[in-house]
Amino acid sequence: MKYALLIYAAEKDWAKKSNEEQGRVYNEYMAYTVELKKSGRLVSCEPLDPTSTATTIRVRNGKTVPTDGPFADTKEQLGGIYVVDVKDLNEAIAWASKIPDARTGSIEIRPLMNVPEM
Amino acid sequence: MSEAAHALDRIFRAESGPVLATLIRVLGDFQLAEDALQDALAVALETWSKNGLPASPGAWLTTTARRKAVDRLRHLRIVEATSSELALSIRLDQEAYGALGEFEVSPVPDDQLRLIFTCCHPALSREAQIALTLRTLGGLSIAEIAHAFLINEATIAQRVARAKQKIARARIPYEIPDRESLGPRLDAVLSVLYLVFNEGYLATSRGHLVRSDLVADALRLARGLSALLPDEPEPLGLLALMLLHDSRREARVSDEGDLVLLEDQDRSKWKRPQIQEGVQLVEQALRMGRPGPYQVQSAIAAVHAEAATAGETDWRQIAVLYDQLLRYERTPVIELNRAVAISYAATPVEGLRLLKGIERTGALEQYAPFHLARADMFRRLGLNDDARECYRRALPFAQNDQVRRFIEKRLHGEAR
Repeated sequence: MKYALLIYAAEKDWAKKSNEEQGRVYNEYMAYTVELKKSGRLVSCEPLDPTSTATTIRVRNGKTVPTDGPFADTKEQLGGIYVVDVKDLNEAIAWASKIPDARTGSIEIRPLMNVPEM
Repeated sequence: MSEAAHALDRIFRAESGPVLATLIRVLGDFQLAEDALQDALAVALETWSKNGLPASPGAWLTTTARRKAVDRLRHLRIVEATSSELALSIRLDQEAYGALGEFEVSPVPDDQLRLIFTCCHPALSREAQIALTLRTLGGLSIAEIAHAFLINEATIAQRVARAKQKIARARIPYEIPDRESLGPRLDAVLSVLYLVFNEGYLATSRGHLVRSDLVADALRLARGLSALLPDEPEPLGLLALMLLHDSRREARVSDEGDLVLLEDQDRSKWKRPQIQEGVQLVEQALRMGRPGPYQVQSAIAAVHAEAATAGETDWRQIAVLYDQLLRYERTPVIELNRAVAISYAATPVEGLRLLKGIERTGALEQYAPFHLARADMFRRLGLNDDARECYRRALPFAQNDQVRRFIEKRLHGEAR
């Protein structure tokens, strides 16, 4: 069963961190990803650039309308995604709990829809 | 309902929880299990009233329901079945008509534990946990749950349906948590059962007497849980707590429907056998040497229950127990209760001093019992003006009519 682990954290807090602190969190993420890979549960992982680089588009009346910034202004922003293939929700929760940002931000666990045609 | 129908209803209610639990495991599908059980109950209603009860109603229902599930899936296979339903249908066919032939399936106690932990999984909202627990474990109908919680049926039905859908789609596992996570997962189960109990217990003071059914349901489920986890002390503590509270049910509401404080209750109305059982369970739990918040709360209830008169209450012991309870969870309400105990064990002045500290946090400003406790301490000191002021502050926050009437009476009584 595949789940997306969506990492939500406050970008502001990240920017406030010293180089040293940022380096430490980075290393934690590397260690976590290696552990996940070794367990054979990792499908993919995609860290995202901050929302300051985001562009949101809508197509209205056949016209693409791009705007600067993320879809929604929220306290925490989507910062990255892991896709894992695990036994059940309990295992997904266990892996999500180990994500470094779980301690300060939030991890949303979403089952991937199983659409055979896609 | 005729007497026979009543008897059948009792059996259905007692059996459907365990049967459903096993069906969910065997079929791997909440909804299918529930539908199949309904089919089986319909057949049972017909055959049992004609031919009498089978030797083992539980096994009979499980086996029949399983067969009904196969029928349902066969039908689905023809109409429209998803690939997983198809696979399940084929597997069940092979099991049923394979070398073993048609074997009997009996409910297994472990399945009930699986069901309890699944219904109370932390990934479900508390409201969903409660509704699902009452529906699947308690065997209550959607209408009964709606009635008990004074919420409309459509809302409850939707809650249950959503929860079942989430269990299936997010794949919440059907299993007993391992040693490591049993503690926190069990806490969630105990809170659900205690909430059900309190909903019934506190509601009896609101004139909705029918809700006392919820007390019986909560007791039944707590009994079941402690039987399933005989080595865990906290379920025993919870069961004891429920029994001890419930033993006072008759005494805590007057003939006029007014609330009667513990100190004013007619203790001859307390149900002695229930107190005895409760006290015995507290002792049994505490002997396991792993105390927890429900055991401590039940110990407090036991100290009250064992006092022949209010004046003989061992408040010192109660204060010590509240100290211990605060170590598990430091909430303002527990601090309030501790202050009350100390106001009796020591002096009302000491109690008031503690309440002053709680007042500064502002956490209980809108909590009527806080102002009432304070009023009572002033009253005991003969400071009636201060007491009246506190009753006045409590009035807007009265939780129900009984409490409001109680406060009004005190206000008038003291005013004389």
